[in-house]
This record gives sequence, C-alpha cells and structure tokens, in this order.
Amino acid sequence: MDLSYGVEYEAFREEVRAFIAENWSRRDARDPQRVTAFRLRATAAGYLYRNIPRRFGGSEQPADVLRAQVIHEEFSAVRAPMEIAGNGVRMLVPTLLECGASWQQEKFIPPTVRGEVDWAQGYSEPGSGSDLASVRTRGELVGDEWIVNGQKIWTSRAQLCRYMFALVRTEPDAPKHQGISYLLLDLHQPGVTVRPLKQITGQSTFNEVFFDDVRTPADWIVGRRGEGWQVSRATLKHERTGIGNAETYLEQFAKLVNVARSTARNGRPAIEDPIVRDRLAEIEGYLQAHRYSTFRQLSMNLAGRNPGPVTTMNKLVVTNLGHLIAALAQELIGDASLLLPVYEPGRKVGNERWMNQFFGSLGIAIAGGTSNIQRNIIGERGLGLPRDRTGDAS
Amino acid sequence: MNFDLSEEQSALQDSVGRLLRNELEQTRLLEIFDSEDGHDVRLWRALGKLGVLGLMIDEKHGGTGLKMLDAAVVTEILGYHGTPGPYLGHVAAALAISLGGNDAQKERWLPRLADGDCVGTVALAESGDAWQPDEWALPGQAALNGAKRNVLYPGQADLMVVGVAGGGLVLVENPAQSVEVTPLPSLDATRRIAHVTFRDTPAVPLGGSAGRLRDALLVLLAADAFGGARRCIDMAVDYALTREQFGQVIGAFQGLKHQLANVAADVEPARGLYWYAAHAYDAVPDDAERMAALAKAHIAERFLHAARETTQAHGGIAYTWEFPLHVWLKRAVFDRAYMGSTSVHRARVADLSGWAQAG
Repeated sequence: MDLSYGVEYEAFREEVRAFIAENWSRRDARDPQRVTAFRLRATAAGYLYRNIPRRFGGSEQPADVLRAQVIHEEFSAVRAPMEIAGNGVRMLVPTLLECGASWQQEKFIPPTVRGEVDWAQGYSEPGSGSDLASVRTRGELVGDEWIVNGQKIWTSRAQLCRYMFALVRTEPDAPKHQGISYLLLDLHQPGVTVRPLKQITGQSTFNEVFFDDVRTPADWIVGRRGEGWQVSRATLKHERTGIGNAETYLEQFAKLVNVARSTARNGRPAIEDPIVRDRLAEIEGYLQAHRYSTFRQLSMNLAGRNPGPVTTMNKLVVTNLGHLIAALAQELIGDASLLLPVYEPGRKVGNERWMNQFFGSLGIAIAGGTSNIQRNIIGERGLGLPRDRTGDAS
Repeated sequence: MNFDLSEEQSALQDSVGRLLRNELEQTRLLEIFDSEDGHDVRLWRALGKLGVLGLMIDEKHGGTGLKMLDAAVVTEILGYHGTPGPYLGHVAAALAISLGGNDAQKERWLPRLADGDCVGTVALAESGDAWQPDEWALPGQAALNGAKRNVLYPGQADLMVVGVAGGGLVLVENPAQSVEVTPLPSLDATRRIAHVTFRDTPAVPLGGSAGRLRDALLVLLAADAFGGARRCIDMAVDYALTREQFGQVIGAFQGLKHQLANVAADVEPARGLYWYAAHAYDAVPDDAERMAALAKAHIAERFLHAARETTQAHGGIAYTWEFPLHVWLKRAVFDRAYMGSTSVHRARVADLSGWAQAG
C-alpha cells in the first residue's frame, strides 16, 4: 500500500508547479483575455483537454488518471483556470468523440473547447424526470430539416447557450427506448422560448425551453435515428463519474468546523460542546470512509481492476454526506437560518450563506438521477437484485 | 498511488476464507455458539497452522512477520465468518509481548502464541466502562490486587497482559494458578468474556505503550466490524433472492431493495477507512491514533446498523436462534462496546483533531 504518487508523478507535479508559477498570477483571474491565453498555453503544455485530439483543440494526452489528479490539485491550489465549465465540455464533447460524425466533431468541438459556444442539455421534460425515456418532444423530418415541437425543463443556463443537445422522439411508433434521436439544435432562432425558473434559493440558474416549429438540419443528429437513448447513455456516464469528489466535501467539512469555532452554544464556542464534537466526528467518519474509498477505486482503475459494487454507490454516499453537513450547519448557525442569503452590492452576507448549502444538498439529491433512482441502481447493478419490472433504472 | 491490497494480501484473505468456509459452516458455528466455552480447539489449531495467530509475530519467533494491515485484512475475513474464539485478545497479547517484552519473554511465549499452542489474552477494562489507559486504576505492582472486567477467555489463557494505573502493562503468566475468574453470560457467545480478580497475583512489567496496544485493538475491531457488516448484507441479499411473496422474490420489491441499497452504501465505503487506519498504524505515526479511533467508532456503528436493518429485512426467521444472523447482530454489539463505545472514540477523535484551535 502506497499513498504517495511515486517519483515520476512528483516530478510531474514540480513541472506543473513551475508552469503555473511562470504563466499565472491570481490577478489574471479578472482579465478574460489572460484567462483565455492561459488556457491555450496550458493546453499546449498538455495539461487541459487531455482526452481531446489536437486537431480539435485538445492536448491529446494518453489517459493517465494520476497525472490528471496532480494537475487538478495544483491548478485548484492557486485557482488557475481549468477546462471551461459547462455541459459542452463535460458532456457533449465526450459524446461527439464517442458517437459523432467527423464533420460534427470538426464543426462543434473546437469552438466549444475554446469557450466560444456553450451547450444546454435538453433531456428532462415536465412529464419525463426519472423516467427519461418517456420524452415527448417530437421531431419530424420534413425535407432536409427536422421540425421540433415540445418542451424541455431544468435546462441549466439555457439563456446563455448557443446550442442544445436534446433527446427528441422521432419514431413515434417504435418502442419507448427505440423511438428517440439525439439532435443538436441552434437555440438562436425563432420558435425557441427560454423562460427562467425561479428556484427555492430565489435565484434562477435553470429554465424551461419551449420549441414551436424549431428547425435543425437533417444531419444534426448524433448516431442514427432511434439511437438517441444509447447515445445519451454515453453522456450520462460522463456526468455520473463527475459526482463523487471527496475533496469538495473535505473543504465543506473544514468550513463547517470553522462555523463551529465562530458560533456559540450555551455561552461557549460551539466547538467545545460535546454534542457538536460528536456530530462532527460522525460526519468525519463518513467523509474519511468516502475519501479512502475513492482512493481505492482510483487505484483499482489504474490497475485495470473492477472496484466492485461501490462504484454504484458514490453519488448516494456524497448526497448523504451533504445532508449530514446541512443538518449540523443549521444547528450551528441558529437564527442566521431565518434569513435568505441575498447577494447585492453593499449587503454583507453572514452565516445565512449556509442556506445555499442547505438547498444545494437537496439539489444534489435530485439532479443527475435522484437518490431513489440511485438506490435502484445500487440494488440492481451493485447487489444483483432483480430489476423492477416497470422501471428503466439504468 | 496504490491504495489497494497486494496479491499476497488478497491471497491471504482467500486462504483464510477457504478454511473458514470448510471448518465453520453455519451449523458448526451455532454449535460452538451454544457450547460450554465458545472455543473450538480444532478450529483454533487450524487457524494456527495457517499462520493466522502469528501474523504480526516476527519470523525469528515463529510468526509471519507481517504488519497491522495484513492482520486487519485477515480479521475482516474472520469477522465475515463470525469466527468464535480468543483471537482478538490473543493477537493483542502477542503484540504487547512483541512490543514490550524482553528477549526471554519473547522466546518463551511468542512461538507458542504463533502456532496457537497456547492462548493469550488482555485484561484492560475496569468498572465504569474504563477501557482507556488513562482510566486504569489497578496498581501495577509485582503482586497485583484488584479486578479487571470483560476479559476475553481468561479461563483458557496461558498468559494475560494486564493494563495498570498510569497506562502501563504487566504480564501475568499462567493466570489459571493465580487469577480468579468469574464467568459471565456473554451476549456475543463467539467472544466469551469474564471478570477476573487478582489476589497477590505475580506480575512482571512489560515495556511498550498501552496506547499503541489500544490503537491496535481498535483497528482490529474496525476490520472485524467491516467483515461482519458485509456478511449481514450478503445474507440479506441471498435471502431477498430466494424468498418469494406475492408471486415474486422479495428482492424485486423496491421497499426492500432500497433498504438494502441504503445499508450497502452505508457500509461499503468503510473498507478504505479501516485499510487506512491499519496502514497509518504501520506507517503514518501522526495519523495512527486518530484514525484508529475514527475507524472503530464509524465502522462498529455501521455494523450495528447493518445488523439491525438486515435482521428486520429478513422478517421472522431472523428473530429465531436457529437462523444464524443473530450471531452477527451480537458481534456488532460486542464490536461497538469492547474497548469503549462510539461516543467515547468520537470524543477522542475530536480531541485529537485540534478542532478547537484557530484554523
């Protein structure tokens, strides 16, 4: 058992550090041009977009989980820009690389990687949440164009996105899963209406998107007609591996300990209260278990071995962690929980900022496959229990 | 990074698992559970022959010379199979002699402990659930007078390591001649306990650190608990795949499926936690004490939760003596209480984390 990354990777870490020291300072973060220039240099050096071919603007590096981890650690430590966030880089690009036609890869991947265009995810509909394959937005091929009508929901940042990748029912007579196609849509056209949804936090980060005779070229389809479900699995796979990062929760836990230091219980700092200490230690048990569990999974992946059922559990595990943290944070911040965090110039936001974590922990339980769907997946794929006869858990 | 077991460690787990599947099928386990002394000499000898009893004893003294991580991964398998007998106290006693015995003591005892020819135990707790070294009050003199509680298999033991006031350890050889044993009705009949009373009992001081011995026991309890929790889940999944109600196997019902999924997600990540606690014991001194306490508190709690949930998941059959799930339910209670309960170790984690200092 060896928890160090080894000589080769520590040498690589030095190389990454030297690169960052030479090319990045925190002041650059305020200047979008410098951020873009840094990303280009970091990509040329092989640190960003590692699994994307050079001809599409990536750095085309051999898969190496540990190098990726070292890069992540060193970049995050000084908040140097990593890959552009959003569904384009995280979901569409891997999908196109796996299933896209070469002209689609050439047309869409480079501007997405450069951050010039972003993508909305058009999966969920008002009647299709966990049962995603029941989508009803329909596409009809008329001449050399698809005509799309219907509605998507929970569409993050749609008002800022140029394009959408969407699941659309194109074969209404085929069985549920075989009637869907994966279409690419230009959102900048008549017939597209984006309506922001106000969330429980009071903010609006996702939307409803309505399609009224929206058009897209016949060849803006990824995979063949009726294969959209399988194509979207490639994307969801990428989304699910993105959740389960122990580092995020280690940081959140450190902040929770700080809250316990700065708040009072019975006239003393809360951190001295035996009940608070017990609950912190309980949370840390779950946290460290998940941390070493991810180390184990990473090591086994590196060795080409299957870590087993635990891989189906990561999302539920971090969701539960978030709930435990939220519960104790509420207790610690006390009356600050009576306030909605409002971010405006001149207003100081105090401990009520933890209400964002409180709401966010509920969001994590819903987004990307609800916790009950996760329990189906754990039960069926992890433990080998029979599939629900009505369900499409996977 | 290689946070994974070596091939040798996996092979060791496999060979111990094979032995226990053969020697300890469920009817045999229940026979030992119901037996007079809860100690099956044949099984004990077989474990000794396989090297399980001397894993951390150095090769010069007849052991395998391995580390805590090796002992912990084996202990997980013993826990999985609900292995009855004096193993835990025995391994701890051997460790205490390895850490603090003089050459003569090592030569006299370690080879016989390694092959199971003799049985060792540790006497630590005093009244008031006083398991921790700084709570011990028994005066550590050449003639011991006083009592220890909840000692594993003192009646079978050939030597007893005793914790004394000030956090020291002393060795009592051949305790049958000098220690009075008061048997107790052990809830977990796979780990029999008794109170012991010393009356001018001859004892010799051991070197080494009682804190280190405590940490070792905490790691082993965490490993045992992980194995036990895993067994509870496996038994419940097996049952859910065979028991039919309303025309289908009950594992197809979402209520049960979700219950078992919750338990599995609660338990499974903890494997890495006990591995790391064992690794820290071997190689990361600054982290060893805190992680041993954290692993024991967390995993013993997970085991008890898993045992309770899976008992309910089985329905009435699991409430009977003849269905063996209660063996693990009772082992879970033991793992939680032995060496101090969850809240005790969580409080220690808090103290050792330095949370109260400005951060």
